Amino acid sequence: MRKGYFGDFGGQFIPELLMPPLIELEEAMETILPSEAFQTRFAAMLKENVGRPSAITYCPNLSKDLGLDLWLKREDLNHSGAHKINNTLGQGLLAKMMGKKVLLAETGAGMHGVATTVAAAMLDMKAVIYMGATDVIRQAPNVNRMRLMGAEIIAVESGTKTLKDAINEALRRWLADQETTHYCFGTAAGPHPFPTLVREFQQIISKEAREQFMARNQGKLPDVVVACVGGGSNAIGMFHNFVPDESVKLVGVEAAGTGEPGCYSSAPIDHGTEGVLHGMKTKLLQTPEGQIEPSHSVAPGLDYPGVGPEHAYLDAIGRADYTTINDAQAINAFKVLSRREGIIPALESSHAVAYAIENKDKLQGKSVLVCLSGRGDKDLGILDEIM
Amino acid sequence: MNAMQRKIEEARGKGKVGLIPFLPAGFPDRERFWKELEELDAAGASVIEIGMPFSDPVADGPVVEKASLRCLADGVNLAWILTELRKRKGQFNAALLLMGYLNPVYQYGLDRFAEDCEAAGVSGLIIADMPHEESRFVRDAVEPHGIALVPLIGLNTSKERMKLYADGAQGFCYFVSVLGTTGQRDALSARIKEKLAEAREVFDIPIALGFGIKHPDQLTQFDGLLDAAVFGSALISHIESGRSSDSFMEPWK
Ligand SMILES: Cc1ncc(COP(=O)(O)O)c(C=O)c1O
Repeated sequence: MRKGYFGDFGGQFIPELLMPPLIELEEAMETILPSEAFQTRFAAMLKENVGRPSAITYCPNLSKDLGLDLWLKREDLNHSGAHKINNTLGQGLLAKMMGKKVLLAETGAGMHGVATTVAAAMLDMKAVIYMGATDVIRQAPNVNRMRLMGAEIIAVESGTKTLKDAINEALRRWLADQETTHYCFGTAAGPHPFPTLVREFQQIISKEAREQFMARNQGKLPDVVVACVGGGSNAIGMFHNFVPDESVKLVGVEAAGTGEPGCYSSAPIDHGTEGVLHGMKTKLLQTPEGQIEPSHSVAPGLDYPGVGPEHAYLDAIGRADYTTINDAQAINAFKVLSRREGIIPALESSHAVAYAIENKDKLQGKSVLVCLSGRGDKDLGILDEIM
Repeated sequence: MNAMQRKIEEARGKGKVGLIPFLPAGFPDRERFWKELEELDAAGASVIEIGMPFSDPVADGPVVEKASLRCLADGVNLAWILTELRKRKGQFNAALLLMGYLNPVYQYGLDRFAEDCEAAGVSGLIIADMPHEESRFVRDAVEPHGIALVPLIGLNTSKERMKLYADGAQGFCYFVSVLGTTGQRDALSARIKEKLAEAREVFDIPIALGFGIKHPDQLTQFDGLLDAAVFGSALISHIESGRSSDSFMEPWK
């Protein structure tokens, strides 16, 4: 495969002025990342600061209700409440060892912004967070957390005022501040090397989950592994170490938005076409003329018109299945998991849980391992509005 | 020789810097855009850079972004740009350059794009989100149609990377004056001089300086190091304030 490509997808479609920092990052991945100094410190941080390994949890009540064995990989138990911290501590430490002073990030749901801010505070760096103006309102609790921990937050008023525009603005800022600043990209998307780098930090999810599941199930593998897909970082982390296990069905759940015909979704694999955005060739929601269409999901972290290139590839070769869940189905799962198991999932993760609920008929008797990518405290305000 | 290079060298023959004004296609509206082009042409532009509006222009600052989004909202697309240009083929003295982002061109179809550009009299192309590493397929598609893919380099481009871009390059080399997006800046970096001198050694085509330029006085410090100047945001702001392209070009003449 061509460097930086997953089949036909990936690449480095960015202005030349961003090539030097991307090349610098790629070199750091080859030299600093494998070093003992990095690996030892990173392992210690994951244990002491994140609380890894995260648990896997069997859901007795929902399993009985649905007629299947439902297991959750509990990334919601991580410090700061989502899988995002695995990546930000990794990139943060790498950036620190590269001599950078500032961590720059975009955020949709705010979880990546919070996780970047935590990393910056821990590593004595400065955090600068770009967030769509719509998301600043939708995810106020996370904005407050970031402020408390010292981040500079910039509300993005351009375009659709969501994650896509936050990425545009953060890329512009990185252009200007590349000497002092590392762009701590939040998902397994963007120009090479980000999709690979982010996967490297998130694959711990499936490394742990695979061992934990087998230890609890007499060495058997799960039948189905499910994760929600925004940019695709929790999903690629959850899939990676199961990819060689051909008996394991991998399911990525995209957001269908309201699900009404003609309305915006956040499902580029299911509803999109091939194109180029944010440095990568991938599947996109776009017009026939190549203008990027606005996306929509009740879950801000999924509200993105593109997807990481490795997912486009896994779809193209048929190794993973991608399907959609709409807002109402996700909200239902949000309530059901809360009521039946005492676990409040993020609205993003609720899409993955909803897959098990909505497909229970064809999953009878199967073991289903869902990545619970984050916790739902941040979403209580959204729920107040819709309940 | 590519028409863009010929026009810039013509200006140099008269002891002048080549002028490269930039306007997004369809700005300030679809009718007036063609009037502005005529004025820029009559005022002595060497190359006219026409923006192909894109929804997510990451290399552009707020002025160009806002103007481009307005054109998109007005229904500007590549088919319109190329059809209208074709109707006016041969009417401009300046060489024509299209500037934009890869995705709209990719969706239009590269081969069809190259053919339609040739038919419309376009002789240059800038794709802002395409570094050397990804550029081969675009160059291969457009060069047989006489269209040069203009290299974009900047303050952080090493001499090594300049050489990658210089290999077989036609038209002119676009030197970006800032580490950042398009938009006016009051002061230009002191490092520009040194990097321009490096580019001079590497490129055997003309060199244009762009991003942040609003007045000819800014350029006197680079005498001998550049052949042309690109201005976009300053021109857009000028037109937005109700003045004409012609009056913008006045101090440059
Ligand atoms: C809890 C949670 N899950 C999932 C996502 C989606 O990101 P990704 O697709 O990269 O895992 C987000 C993004 O903000 C999130 O906060």
